Amino acid sequence: MCGIVGLFIKNPTLESQLGELIAPMLSEMTERGPDSAGIAVYRDPNDKGCKITVLAENLDFDWSDLEESLKASFALKKITVTQNHAVLTLDSAISEVQDWLNENWKELSVTSAGTNIEIFKGKGNPADFIEQFDIKSMRGTHALGHTRMATESAITTEHSHPFSTGQDLCLVHNGSLSNHNRLRETLRRSGVQFKTDNDSEVAAGYLSWRLSEGDDLDQALNHAIDDLDGFYTFAIGTRDGFAVMRDPIGCKPAIMAETDDWAAMSSEYRAIATLPGAENARIWEPEPTQIYSWKRSLE
Amino acid sequence: MTEINLENKSVRELNEKLQSASSGDKFSVNNTVGKHALSVGLTTEINVDINGHVGYYCAGMNQQAKIKINGNAGPGLAENMMSGEVRVTGSASQYAAATAHGGLLVIEGDASSRCGISMKGVNIVVGGNIGHMSAFMAQSGCLVVCGDAGDALGDSIYEAKIYVRGKVKSLGTDCIEKEMRDEHQKELKQLLKQSRMSYGVDEFRRYGSARKLYNFDIDKVDDY
Amino acid sequence: MSKDNPTLIESATFPRHVIAEIQRAAKTGIYDIRGFGAKRDIPTFDDLVFLGASTSRYPLEGYREKCNTEVVLGNRFAKNPIHLKTPITIAGMSFGSLSAQAKESLGRGASIAGTSTTTGDGGMTPEERGHSKTLVYQYLPSRYGMNPDDLRRADAIEIVLGQGAKPGGGGMLLGQKISPRVAQMRNLPEGIDQRSACRHPDWTGPDDLEIKIQELREITNWEKPIYVKVGATRVFYDVTLAVKAGADVVVVDGMQGGTAATQDVFIEHVGIPTLPAVRMAVEALLEMDMHRKVQLIVSGGIRSGADVAKALALGADAVAIGTAALIALGDQSPEYDEEYKAIGSAAGFWDDYQQGNDPAGITTQDPELAKRLDPKLGGRRLANYLNVLTLELQTLARACGKSHVHNLEPEDMVALTMEAAAMAGVPLAGTEWIPGKGGM
Repeated sequence: MCGIVGLFIKNPTLESQLGELIAPMLSEMTERGPDSAGIAVYRDPNDKGCKITVLAENLDFDWSDLEESLKASFALKKITVTQNHAVLTLDSAISEVQDWLNENWKELSVTSAGTNIEIFKGKGNPADFIEQFDIKSMRGTHALGHTRMATESAITTEHSHPFSTGQDLCLVHNGSLSNHNRLRETLRRSGVQFKTDNDSEVAAGYLSWRLSEGDDLDQALNHAIDDLDGFYTFAIGTRDGFAVMRDPIGCKPAIMAETDDWAAMSSEYRAIATLPGAENARIWEPEPTQIYSWKRSLE
Repeated sequence: MTEINLENKSVRELNEKLQSASSGDKFSVNNTVGKHALSVGLTTEINVDINGHVGYYCAGMNQQAKIKINGNAGPGLAENMMSGEVRVTGSASQYAAATAHGGLLVIEGDASSRCGISMKGVNIVVGGNIGHMSAFMAQSGCLVVCGDAGDALGDSIYEAKIYVRGKVKSLGTDCIEKEMRDEHQKELKQLLKQSRMSYGVDEFRRYGSARKLYNFDIDKVDDY
Repeated sequence: MSKDNPTLIESATFPRHVIAEIQRAAKTGIYDIRGFGAKRDIPTFDDLVFLGASTSRYPLEGYREKCNTEVVLGNRFAKNPIHLKTPITIAGMSFGSLSAQAKESLGRGASIAGTSTTTGDGGMTPEERGHSKTLVYQYLPSRYGMNPDDLRRADAIEIVLGQGAKPGGGGMLLGQKISPRVAQMRNLPEGIDQRSACRHPDWTGPDDLEIKIQELREITNWEKPIYVKVGATRVFYDVTLAVKAGADVVVVDGMQGGTAATQDVFIEHVGIPTLPAVRMAVEALLEMDMHRKVQLIVSGGIRSGADVAKALALGADAVAIGTAALIALGDQSPEYDEEYKAIGSAAGFWDDYQQGNDPAGITTQDPELAKRLDPKLGGRRLANYLNVLTLELQTLARACGKSHVHNLEPEDMVALTMEAAAMAGVPLAGTEWIPGKGGM
């Protein structure tokens, strides 16, 4: 069980404050999710190439080796290290880099891949996570955050959300699925890879499988209503925006808000209350099985 | 009128003050920013004006007090209320007036899913629409909806009465439309007046239990 | 083999009682509803034994050398924790499933023994509050009779997610027991079959539960300990989540736990035995460094002081009894054997609590039958039984050299079977082997 938050900046002048605005939202969700936290931030697009975020097990991981071998094999533009994560910006084909990393750097785990997305995950108190990853200084177009109260699987960094489901795609989930074990096996046979026993990872894997089968995001989410069983509020991040959907029973909370400057979602109103202009925002609750989405127009 | 500012007073301090107030006292609560369990467990006839949006369980287990929320309310508004009155100028999230035994809840905006779930005697009047599974297992009391009702209205309902002015998306198990007789019109008129909703009684239809699930019947097994 | 005709062999897959059940189902079209707990043979505390005093461990003398049985429950957040003279409490059983006289008996007996009783699905009766010195008030999905005045009158609040007999099921009370008084308390029409919710109406999940607990504390001035009760299924996670949500005490009810009424298939096929449930609950508490800080009450098939001692040795702070308490009051009594036979059962086999025609007058609302139980006598019998349990507990604890029953440890026990060794996490007698944990 958890807390989820999502923030989409509509007014470009606020992009420099994305982190400042989402940090308190995440903080408000601490009681719902005291075990770990994670964030997906969309920023600094590398349209010509790709950006991959990797996670090392320990803080003392030596990134210089990785940097050298990346330079040798690919067009590495830069490598930015934060805590035990590193964002690799390359002008190379994304799948080639991912395959190479899987082959040669097994001790690293890829948390996200795409042109805009970066995913950071941390074990422990959300307040520490916000500080360690300097969330407040992040700038970007949109972000999704998650605070976790582990229900059935372990508390490890890898078990934290957001889970990446495909390029520039990610998922945060509040709730508990009930048929994820069989579904995981079915998806494995279709080539989807899983790193944990977490139910949310299965939902993420399911969506990316549907997308790879030719669905667009809306179609994939509609298929999810039939194939996923249990309780869920999902927030999905895409390169251009985000989407929110609740299961048919609609017991897990979800609240949405919008002003001219931003669109936001959360598990509880008090996270949204931290945003400027929240008192006058349009506030509503998403209907079960309806997909709500925001997109930036491509420039 | 005592003002309580939640920017520098805790929820505990607020509730302690309200719970020990005397009949006739008036309070104004500010800077609510979606906090939970505000103004719960009150026992005397006091007036509380809550300015701002509130989180879960506002006015929980209310007795006698008159509470007005100028904003929206989170899940479980006035849950298990016993008496008194709660009014919300905005909308309420799910489970509004869940299991409440008495009193009056007025939601000027919309109510979300499971409004009046398991209600045990409370009267609820909603100015806007209500969500799915409302009045689920509703035992007694009245739910008046001036807008539309969502799916599965009154599923498994016992003796509570539902009056809807707009459209009902679908009815739940054992819930059927029923005849509006004089006593129902009278009851509805009184509730509309009390809640200050200016609609005519003739605009509403009544729904209630078909009472087919009261004792198990093998031929009704599909309903389970 | 039948003794009348020695060539007849009974099938183990289709024995007579299974055949009878299929025939009954075909006749009536409804599942079998009954009371009592799981009847089938599963590993229990019987499969564990204590390592008493020896050359290296010394026993305590009876009487003079005290073996303390006092227990404090709920001192994590509550202003007024519960103090009990003995770690054996009375589990939640509703007025409705039990007669008013039965509830009064339980209150009287528990008070004499210095322990608590618990209300059930239906609310608090004046008899029980009046006669029970320490009363735990259950907060259930149905919320029948729930009100803030009773919440404040209670000594503790028990949020019920489920019970061992039917984890995932709600309360059940059939029409024949919805008497005028029960109907009034539960706000239901008389004589109907009560349909009950299986989930709480205004919260879903431990993240919401945390907010609900906060609300209940605010309504009761943070005075009362908040218990969270679960039926034993995914015990490790459930206990962890209860602690994270803010519980003061966790109650875990194993599959042998009784009920007044539910489907037989639910009782027999859902939930895990009490034996592994205790171990898993304690593991969860130890991992969070919350053992003895959030107390654990365990229930489901506690019958003797030996069971109590073993539950405590595995790490529980206290136990609760339900079925055993009713038997102490007179349920299954041989003096009513003829009457049990007249309604298709026999003393020692009776499990149709839902019928409401209990000859012992305990699980009934029929005034004529209920009159048979004298609450003063019933209270005395329960107090006697609780006394015996406590003395037996002390006897075993003293034999293991303990001056407080909480000093009993898993290492004081070994198992007689491999299943029990694996479930309880203690070695098989004569070996160092715990299946799944290595050693020889």
